[in-house]
Order: sequence, then structure tokens, then C-alpha cells
Amino acid sequence: MIPSAFDYVAASSVQEAVQVLSQAGEDAKVLAGGQSLVPVLRLRLATPTTLVDLNKISELRGVREDGDAIVVGAMTTHHDVINNELIAEHAALLALATLTVGDPQIRHRGTFGGALVHADPAGDLLAPAVALDCEMVIVGPSGRRTVPAGEFFVDLFTTAVGPDELLVEVRIPKKTGWGAHYEKFNRVAQAWSIVGVAAVVWTEGGSIAQARVALTNMGATPVRAVGVEQALIGQPASAATIRAAAEHAADGTSPTSDGSADADYREHLARVLTGRAVAAAAGVGGWRA
Amino acid sequence: MEERRINVVVNEEPKSVDVEPRLLLAHFLREVLGLTGTHIGCDTTNCGVCTVLVDGLPMKSCTMFAVMVDGKSVTTVEGLGLPSELHPIQEGFREEHGLQCGFCTPGMMMASKALLEENPNPTEEDIRWGLSGNLCRCTGYQNIVKSVLWAAEKLRSEAGAISR
Repeated sequence: MIPSAFDYVAASSVQEAVQVLSQAGEDAKVLAGGQSLVPVLRLRLATPTTLVDLNKISELRGVREDGDAIVVGAMTTHHDVINNELIAEHAALLALATLTVGDPQIRHRGTFGGALVHADPAGDLLAPAVALDCEMVIVGPSGRRTVPAGEFFVDLFTTAVGPDELLVEVRIPKKTGWGAHYEKFNRVAQAWSIVGVAAVVWTEGGSIAQARVALTNMGATPVRAVGVEQALIGQPASAATIRAAAEHAADGTSPTSDGSADADYREHLARVLTGRAVAAAAGVGGWRA
Repeated sequence: MEERRINVVVNEEPKSVDVEPRLLLAHFLREVLGLTGTHIGCDTTNCGVCTVLVDGLPMKSCTMFAVMVDGKSVTTVEGLGLPSELHPIQEGFREEHGLQCGFCTPGMMMASKALLEENPNPTEEDIRWGLSGNLCRCTGYQNIVKSVLWAAEKLRSEAGAISR
């Protein structure tokens, strides 16, 4: 179908984009890569009166190092995230998860920030943002503020970003040398996660010194699997430790039932996939769930 | 809504056209420029038949607006080769019977072009993942994969001949 008519502004700066959003009110939408928004417009599930295109704001693209963090511009494409050396070295989890997003064409057009602000609970980048303790940098009419990833995702398709604000960059504390894995379950080559698990693990002398585990699509927002983390930390990096810890994966979650899976099947998947993800991140071989 | 002037190079020809902001790139190519080799198959960014190259990178032209290619260059299947001078990818699809109805073929070939530029010596698995954004309802993909392998070999031998 053809989208309904809208006014179009190709903003040349963050300030201009924020100003247009403030004036246009709730009926304005931000156009990043458009890989979720354009289908929604084509199906006329949304009919915004104004689109503010960020593609000409070059400062929103790219990855840089800033002390103990790396900083990913919101308009950095998935393809560039996957191929970035700083991300490979300091936030490998993000590259691994991004490889499961969409298909090659979508990864060339879609953006990291766009996927985060879209906040689809089945999207694969939300749980990694939580597991990596990302800080989300938001700019609005009253200036710049930072929201931790754990507070950024408010509800289904809803984030802390207000209608007159933009996510401009994501600060990722370096996890250099941590083991990382993203385990995604779906039925065909390209699909939203039925459940996904993001894990990063720091091992020292055969023990798990630190662990962060977060779940995709086990609720309206990404869920940090705190029970799993507590059961891992300080224990030997072994299959027995991981098997026991993974039993806690569904604790405190509230997954939905839909055409892909019932809630209890999602809980089962969360336990199985957590075992696989942590075993891979901790380098525990021969894992069988 | 007010039309916008865009300047875009399509298949190496500069174009300067006024378009409505809601005009999809796929509709611009087909209906404004008459380049009907780019097909449209779905509303949901699944099928990949509309794949074109934007500044050399594969994208789904039904999932972006024409105004977003202002200042960029676009290559469609019409820019890949000529009937009298087929691109090796087109030759591969002919030699290995990589099509039946042909509807998905332009998108398959444009995605293959990007794939082979990034990875000139792909395995069968690389090709299957590289074309995973493109659906075919006839071939079961077997002959498409063979076609791309054929094209990869031809392109490598051509590159070898040039470097010698």
C-alpha cells in the first residue's frame, strides 16, 4: 500500500530535528533506517503528519572510544556495528546479536538506535543493551540526559525517549576480554525472536567472576536474569554450575502466549537457551541442554 | 503535500525530479523512471524482489522513500548488464537455470552482486545466508545457489585475467 501523505523534514542537525519535533507535537515520527517504520506506514498502522529524517545528520553515525566506554552513534547501521573493530574488541555481544537482526538488506539500512527506540520486545538488541549496562544518551529541548538501559525500556514499543526527544548515542562500558554469546530461537532464517538470551561472562582461574544475562521476548521489556547471574557468580565455570543457574532463567518473567509459543513453552526455552548462551560465553565445551 | 526536488544518479544517469515525500523508492524507479525491472512483492520487507544498490549497498527499495536517495547513486537490474552483454551474474542464472517464473530474479541478482563484491569466494552456506532476504517460490533455491557459484567463479577468473 501507499503511505498516507506527510510533511517531510530532512534535518541537518540534532538541534533542528528536536526543534521540528517540538513544534509538530505527537503526530511527528522520527525516520532513522525506516526498516520498521516504513512497513508500518505502508500498512497504514500509523499515519504521522510529519516525518523527521535523521539520515543527513552525519554526527549520529559511527563508533568511537571514550575512556572506559565505546560510544555508538544512534544512526550507525547494523552492518557497520557487525563490522566495527572497537565493538568486536570491547562489546562482542552486540555484534553477535546484531548478526541475527533482519537480513543483509535490512542490516544495511536499519540502525542501532532505531531498533532500540522502536523497542519491539522480540527485537534482538534490547537484551544486549541491558546485559552490557548501556547508557542511553537522549537530547531534547531542555538539553541532554542519560538513562541506563535498565530504565530505558518502559513498555511494549515504548521507551524513555519523549515525543520531542532523540536517542543520539549509546555508551557501552567496555567488556574487553569477557566471553559473550547471543542465543536466539526462531523457526526460519529470518524472524523475530521467539525467545533470545544475551550473556557476557568474565572468568578467572576457572571460576565465573562476573556474569550478565538478559532475555529477549520474556515480557513487554527485556528482562535481566538476576537469579541466573547470582547462581553463576563465584562458582566454577562448569556444566553443573550452568545447568543449576539456568533453572532460574524464567524466574520473575511474564512472557506472552501467541501464535509462535505459549508462555510455558517460552519459560522452557528461556532455561534451555540460557544454558547454551552461558556455556558458549564461558567457554564450557560439550554443552548439552 | 509539497513535492521535493531530488538529485539522484540512477544506473549512471543523473536525474533531477520533483517527488512527493511519501513516494517509495520502488515506485519512483518503476513509475517515474519506467525502470520496471525492480519488482514489488510484499508490504512487509520480507520478499526482497525490490532489492537495488544504493551507493553500492543492497537495500529494499520498497522500504525507503525516494527522498532518502537525494544525493546518492542507485543501481537497478537494468544497470547490471545489457541483453547483448550480460553481467556474469545474469549469465550464471541463465547457465544454471536459476529462475522459473523470474519474478524474484532481479532482486536475487542485485543481492548477489552485493554479496560477491563483499565475498568473491563464497561457500554455499555464505550464499544461502547472503540471499536470505530474498524469497523464491519456484526453484527451491538450489539452482539459484548454483547460479551464484557459477558467477563467482567467472568473476574470479575475469579478475585473475586482468591482474595477469
